[in-house]
Amino acid sequence: MAFESASVPPAATPASLVSPAAPRSRRWPHWRLGFRFSGLLGVVVLAWWLLAALLGPHLLPRELLGSGSAEVFGPMSASHWLGTDYLGRDMLVRVVDGARYTVGLALLATLLASSCGTLLALLAAASGGVVDALLSRVLDTLTAIPSKMFALIMVAGFGSSAAMLVATAAVIYVPGAFRIARSLAVNINELDYVTVARTRGEGKVYIMLHEILPNILGPMLADLGLRFVYVVLLLAGLSFLGLGIQPPAADWGSLVRENIGALHNAGAAVIAPALAIASLTIAVNLVIDNLPGRAARERGAR
Amino acid sequence: MGASVTVQGLCITAGEQTLVHPLSFAIEPGEVLALIGESGSGKTTTALALMGYARPGCRISGGSVRIGDQDVLSLSPAEQRALRGRRVAYIAQSAAASFNPSRTLMDQVVEPALIHQTLGRAEAEAKAVQLFRELALPEPETIGSRYPHQVSGGQLQRLMAAMALITDPDLVILDEPTTALDVTTQIEVLRAFRRVVRERRATAVYVSHDLAVVAQMADHILVLRHGELQEINPTGRILATPDSDYTRSLLAAARPAPREGGPQAGQSELLLDVRGLSAGYGPKNAQGQPAKLILQDINFKLYRGQAIGVIGESGSGKTTLARAVAGLIEPCAGVVLFDNRELKPALAQREREELRRIQIVFQMADTALNPAQTIERILARPLQFYKGLSGAALQKRICELLDLVRLPRTVAGRLPGGLSGGQKQRVNLARALAADPDLILCDEVTSALDTVVGAAVLDLMADLRRDLGVSYLFISHDLHTVRAVCDEILVMQHGRQLAQVARADFDRGPHHPYYELLARSVPELRQGWLDEQDPGARAPQPLKGFA
Repeated sequence: MAFESASVPPAATPASLVSPAAPRSRRWPHWRLGFRFSGLLGVVVLAWWLLAALLGPHLLPRELLGSGSAEVFGPMSASHWLGTDYLGRDMLVRVVDGARYTVGLALLATLLASSCGTLLALLAAASGGVVDALLSRVLDTLTAIPSKMFALIMVAGFGSSAAMLVATAAVIYVPGAFRIARSLAVNINELDYVTVARTRGEGKVYIMLHEILPNILGPMLADLGLRFVYVVLLLAGLSFLGLGIQPPAADWGSLVRENIGALHNAGAAVIAPALAIASLTIAVNLVIDNLPGRAARERGAR
Repeated sequence: MGASVTVQGLCITAGEQTLVHPLSFAIEPGEVLALIGESGSGKTTTALALMGYARPGCRISGGSVRIGDQDVLSLSPAEQRALRGRRVAYIAQSAAASFNPSRTLMDQVVEPALIHQTLGRAEAEAKAVQLFRELALPEPETIGSRYPHQVSGGQLQRLMAAMALITDPDLVILDEPTTALDVTTQIEVLRAFRRVVRERRATAVYVSHDLAVVAQMADHILVLRHGELQEINPTGRILATPDSDYTRSLLAAARPAPREGGPQAGQSELLLDVRGLSAGYGPKNAQGQPAKLILQDINFKLYRGQAIGVIGESGSGKTTLARAVAGLIEPCAGVVLFDNRELKPALAQREREELRRIQIVFQMADTALNPAQTIERILARPLQFYKGLSGAALQKRICELLDLVRLPRTVAGRLPGGLSGGQKQRVNLARALAADPDLILCDEVTSALDTVVGAAVLDLMADLRRDLGVSYLFISHDLHTVRAVCDEILVMQHGRQLAQVARADFDRGPHHPYYELLARSVPELRQGWLDEQDPGARAPQPLKGFA
């Protein structure tokens, strides 16, 4: 019922109802959750890539999967929507397949980095003193190492398995998440309700998880999205250099590298994975910019 | 000098909500009109509309505002800009936030005259010095070369008045100009404002929630509630025979009646005994003295069921006293005995039972409640933590607590953001009561509330004391409030205890000169009180503050 009433176009409602509700018509229907158009676009693109990462090629019509005998660097056609790659494989299948690595690994690494950073930051803020100073300085030191250089050394030393790539990206992005979370948590830590909890005799873990964490979650989720974009770019960069996901598996970065030969004849094979990377990062940013909480804050509702 | 102001059918909306319902009033040239009401009554919104300004999200949807013979609302935005600061001047509540910290005071005071090109730089500066003199600022010749952080809050507020008056505006709007000041500073600022407004015959609108202050300043008072006019009458008539019930309740709240007292010293057992307490912040030196000593040698005794008020100006160390008793700051000397047992200095060393028996209630209900937790969760935690309640017993106790602080049980499921200021402060109290404490440390619990709401909270606290036998250490800067609820008053200045006055002696002297000064500085709810206050008769301050 609720969905029905929300989806009725305004023209269909009786005129007598429209006029008093005129200022109301600017409000979004319920299902939009306060997203603007650009945010919705981001959600749609992001949802598509997440689905691709989950289901892989099963997402595609069956007739696209079977055909593997086409010409090398074929153009876009009805049977190969995005053309074919340097071995004549269908490019659309390759890109959708690559989403699993690009989106999946990046998501895993980002979640790992953000949750570690947030937890350490909560610990630092709730403890203060020596613990805070020690954690902050150690993680500052980590920031001083250039991220690409660090990744190169890790891959050179321990190989480039998927687990290794996730761990490397996570370690690189922990300090950033820590810094943001700590600055938020330190401010919350000074507020009266945390003081009240402290005078009640609450332990450090309760204060960290129940008093501070819920109040920094919103900004940290926004930060998570931004960090995800950095991780995608880092992993794609490593793959492009040949240090990331190894063939025959391929993420979008390695797809660009494999098919770089198509660049001189403007082949779709190199443009498609590049566009995929661009669309994913832009979509994530659009979603973050339109997060409901943020929009509400800008309207001064909070 | 001033012009007449006529407002007709002024209506201000925010989205679908009407903030100010059609409102009409007029001010004669040279008269002062006060807008009074609780927060959210639309008084500042109305005052800003007199300049043709609506805050973001608000819209002036109808009516007219005429200053002299000009209709402000029909002007173009550029013409309105030319009007503001030139013909209409605005003095905001927080002068500290209104001055640019990196420019000299003189630069900023003469700025309106230079922007509107009413005076040359030299003439403007000469006029500013003259205004400084009229506003009784110290060293009027040279104060302009200082920066905002080099003068006090009260002086800054007067400098802001100089900035507003430099263009000889037709209308001056003062928006709660003394609310952020200490009482002893407030009286000086009020006196300066009043003289300038009188001598220049300026038309003024004075926005305030404090009837006693308004009674000193205004010729007429307009009472607003929920954006609707309650009544508009000459000040004398409002104070003597108000027309509306709401005005009567405002008047009643502004004259706090003494609440029922607790037992006298010695009549019940000793609960809290503070002996020679000193505390401070910063690293300690070889003698164990912290770098910045805030509290020095505080001694007092609190008997079960008593309420002791701690009064002093901002920076006098009263909050630090509460924090030291609560264990939030370690004292560097002295002991705190609670129920004849010495309390450990640090929070972490105290037993859970000791923590349970002393609860603290903070001033800002906004920051004292976790915005991410529902009221139910906020109240449930101390019950689970101290008593291990759960299930039906927990629910029952939460309902009892809400009843106790007279909140409807339906608020349990709401987040603090959905409650009013007074309701939040009640939840704040309920959380402290959930622990069944013997002593509640109240840090300025009513300062952030409107007078009517604050009076209701004070009533509630008096009832709770009678029914539950809790004791209060009641910290406040407002002598009226403290006198109304406390059995004994501790007067503090610069971290020292100056005097201790028992309830029987509140009105009987002789007292410490600083207590007398505080008592004299609280505005009384009658006209002409300010004129009786002779600046020459002010007692010298016993301790010299920093310049």
